[in-house]
Amino acid sequence: MSARAEICWVSGPVLRARCEGAFALREAISVGPLGLLGEVVRIEGEEIMAQVYEDTTGLKPGVEVRGSGLPLSIELGPALLGGMYDGLLRPLGGPDTAFVRAGASFGRGHVVAAFEPAVKPGDALSAGMIVGTARVGDGPLQKVLCPPDMAGECLWVAAAGLLADDALLVRLRGADGIEHGFAMRQRWPVRTPRPVARRLPAEAPLVTGQRILDTLFPVALGGRAAIPGGFGTGKTVLLEALARGCEADVIVYLGCGERGNEIAGVLEEFPELEDPRSGRPLMQRTVIIANTSNMPVAAREASIYSAVTVAEWFRDQGLNVALMADSTSRWAEALREVSGRFGELPGEGGYPAYLASRLADFYERAALVETLSGARGSVTLIGAISPPSGDFSEPVTSHTKRYVRAFWTLDVKRAQARFYPAVHPLMSYSEDAARFRAFWAGQGADDWWALRQRFLALLEEQARLERMARIIGKDALPPRQQLTLLQAEIFNEAFLRQSAFSAVDRIATPARQAAMLRLLARWMDLAEAALAEGATLAALAAVPSLRALARMGEEIGNQELQGFEALRERVEAEHTGLADKHQGGDDAGTAAG
Amino acid sequence: MRAPLLVEHAATKLDGPLLFLKRTVEAALGDAVEVRGRDGHARLGRIVALDDQALTIEVLESSAGLDLPSTVVRFRGEPLSFALGPGILGRVFNGVGQVIDGGPPIAASEHRAIDGLPMNPVARALPRDFIETGVSAIDVMNSLVRGQKLPIFSGGGLPHDRLAIDVARHARLRGAGGDFAIVFCGIGLPYDSAEAFRSALEASGALERTALFLNLASDSSTQRLLTPRYALTAAEYLAFVEGKHVLAILTDMTNYCEALREVSSSKGEMPSRKGFPGYLYSDLATLYERAGCLRGHPGTLTQLSILTMPADDIAHPIPDLTGYITEGQIVLSRELDRRGVRPPVAVLPSLSRLAKDGTGGKYTHPDHPALASQLYAAYARAVQTRVLASVVGEDGLAEADRRYLAFGRRFEQDFVHQDGPRTLEESMDAGWRLLAELPRNELTRLSDAQIAAHLA
Ligand SMILES: Nc1ncnc2c1ncn2[C@@H]1O[C@H](COP(=O)(O)OP(=O)(O)OP(=O)(O)O)[C@@H](O)[C@H]1O
Ligand SMILES: [Mg+2]
Repeated sequence: MSARAEICWVSGPVLRARCEGAFALREAISVGPLGLLGEVVRIEGEEIMAQVYEDTTGLKPGVEVRGSGLPLSIELGPALLGGMYDGLLRPLGGPDTAFVRAGASFGRGHVVAAFEPAVKPGDALSAGMIVGTARVGDGPLQKVLCPPDMAGECLWVAAAGLLADDALLVRLRGADGIEHGFAMRQRWPVRTPRPVARRLPAEAPLVTGQRILDTLFPVALGGRAAIPGGFGTGKTVLLEALARGCEADVIVYLGCGERGNEIAGVLEEFPELEDPRSGRPLMQRTVIIANTSNMPVAAREASIYSAVTVAEWFRDQGLNVALMADSTSRWAEALREVSGRFGELPGEGGYPAYLASRLADFYERAALVETLSGARGSVTLIGAISPPSGDFSEPVTSHTKRYVRAFWTLDVKRAQARFYPAVHPLMSYSEDAARFRAFWAGQGADDWWALRQRFLALLEEQARLERMARIIGKDALPPRQQLTLLQAEIFNEAFLRQSAFSAVDRIATPARQAAMLRLLARWMDLAEAALAEGATLAALAAVPSLRALARMGEEIGNQELQGFEALRERVEAEHTGLADKHQGGDDAGTAAG
Repeated sequence: MRAPLLVEHAATKLDGPLLFLKRTVEAALGDAVEVRGRDGHARLGRIVALDDQALTIEVLESSAGLDLPSTVVRFRGEPLSFALGPGILGRVFNGVGQVIDGGPPIAASEHRAIDGLPMNPVARALPRDFIETGVSAIDVMNSLVRGQKLPIFSGGGLPHDRLAIDVARHARLRGAGGDFAIVFCGIGLPYDSAEAFRSALEASGALERTALFLNLASDSSTQRLLTPRYALTAAEYLAFVEGKHVLAILTDMTNYCEALREVSSSKGEMPSRKGFPGYLYSDLATLYERAGCLRGHPGTLTQLSILTMPADDIAHPIPDLTGYITEGQIVLSRELDRRGVRPPVAVLPSLSRLAKDGTGGKYTHPDHPALASQLYAAYARAVQTRVLASVVGEDGLAEADRRYLAFGRRFEQDFVHQDGPRTLEESMDAGWRLLAELPRNELTRLSDAQIAAHLA
């Protein structure tokens, strides 16, 4: 029943074909003798226009195009975790396939999973209901759901035991009286959001383990965040740090139009690292989707939908999923390239006019939800943006800004000084922060909000004073303002700087973040008091424990919180009598250096 | 491969490098053709667009002298490929892979399509082997590793050629000899700079381990689009078939991008930033991503491309998109050059993303990353202080700030500047010496143990 067509024009990743029979918009197609995968994106009279997800070299007029009768879909199943896939979720093959060839399909083969049924014949099955559990090898236990578009009376269910993921699992009779069946492995059209019972308002943050994010600019569980930054400012490293350290159950990592070596890096590192929450290899909670910059452009466009569909698949099992997309700009450019080839009217920056609505559709798929089976799950979306020339007024950045609620701007100056993460505290924001006071109180930090406000104010003040210092010189500022500059400098070094590669510091638990905040606040109080009592700024700046404060992130780990207590005592001791010392002799300043 | 097919009297239009034909044969996108004019000279071309009526050929050599009635096109029935075999080192090729050194043709053992295939990310091995280049600003601050793609962002008249040649000459694994095979790819080079490269390589004895590909400024701009593809195909052959460690030097990528813009506009494509086509990023990626290491393969391919930033502007689309693809960049500064700093590496905007994978305990020295990080922090502060000093004057600065000013000057003169190659140890020592001048309390990127060990 599938429709046929014949190519009449090819250009890069797109083609036009004259059809016999009806194609549907967004229908998946197979092109030429190699069966290259493509998708119908426009229909005009007798002609379809399609984008092809593989290299089109060698295609020519006359070559056959076959319809599939189905929208572009991907195969989801219990074997996804720990795997590496291309933009359409096809396995990338093993290390023996050194180069990616068009039309080479590695197939997924059968994967055997240990199935445990939770329903029996006669049960009423509703859409999205849990019908059992599955486990592949020693991987985590996963839930098996009735597909969201099926319901009815259970006629038969496979017995507990090892079963191929594409083998018939459940037969049911729908309300229409027709029998259906499904397996553990299921297909879903990538551009259609998977249904949920309802969306829930954000209430807790996604704990990322990054101090500047959790403390100053938190993203909600089920929220949306963007990381804009010029080249080399640290988007990828930050996303990888989140993939390693954030408190999600499943990570979908999408390399969209970026470097092959970055994927190789993740692949080499993640199997070695442990998931801090489950103790399993980090890889077992990770799905990697890679369409590197030199792979076919159209697949880049589809990869973002594949990735979010995978995220929803795990969300529907009642899990918290975080999707890191690096970079959404490459996706937008793929959109632009395909649109340009079809001769569509370009809008701002050459992007098609529907860029904004496509971005909105994508970010809309982030949510905290009640699933069809009544569980709670979430998809948090975090997208990198690579603005041309680092100019944040360009269309992708400005449209994204309308849809995300946390915005983490990376700053070239900080990156050049190797101050990482280079998130600029005055150009970043979180619209949800105020909702998370209860969360922090639950972590034993009911003073979090007050501390956060105090440090944000300090950073604002620093910027203002630095502007002044540039005109009149730092020494001309009154001592109280010079102290503010010192405080801000230490706060930056001690708290905001956090190396993603430091064994001790790459993840900071909320408890450690709170301990550091309190210690810094305590020091600020002490220094302010000492100044008021007559200590000189030079003496305050020469307090030896400032060096220990500035380095505490790297020196005192998550399991050593008592170390902050000891440091506090040291800081307190070194501030007692500072003012008197000054009155005693005038040489406190020489201690500097 | 199908039998070549000859087509006459089909040309309908000539427009710059593009030749339009009525479609009378079965030909596929990307297929190679030979276009012969009245002069009998066969020009290489390829099919860049086709529908059921017509096809468009991009002529890869000058299209001057072609006309409509007498043009004959021979269809090869397959994409452009390069016949490669042992013995390509020491040879000189033109921009489309033809031997031009007067020697015998290459005894081909295989034909490789010049567009190559994307490396499967799963099959890549993470580049980790530190390359000592002899340049402190690279070795300590922006370490290069085998399999990396690290371009030099330069400006017209800056000594980028010198730097590239020095690196090519010195590059070695630590303690080993210069073991790299070099693929040199000149794109749109003036004759004299091509010759300068050649004679510098010859003088250093590196010529017999070099394959030279030369597309000169006088060659057609369509050909510039192919030269790096021929060169990288040869480099891949050397790396992944012959198992060599290859250093590919591509210069000048700006000429490549300008050719792409020219050809794109003659095709009537929608221009994007500064007239460059919207696919410049993807197109550049198909070149730059042809670097790396493959698991289970002994060879590696390292890319050091040079580009001159138009108007020294790093935000220009060429350096900008390059920076988004490559694994860092070495930026040269006109100001440092003017002040006599050789090589004039602007350290702050430079970056090597793979340094983190190839430095430290197992690879160089355990304290190498901390040293680099501290030098960066201190130099960034020095540069910031310099800005301040230019407004309020050096006298208006606090004592601490003046120390940083001095540090910044010494860093440029004693560390970035060098009169000859340095070993990594020499470079690191130079770095520690500079840090010794700063207050210990402010060296917050160093641990107490590192301070005790190196700055006592
Ligand atoms: N949090 C961090 N901790 C330590 N180093 C970092 C951090 N972030 C970035 N870096 C350093 O900066 C380099 C560049 O970072 P990264 O590759 O993430 O940049 P990017 O913004 O993704 O650039 P592009 O847009 O070109 O992909 C890294 O290789 C690393 O050396
Ligand atoms: Mg990146």
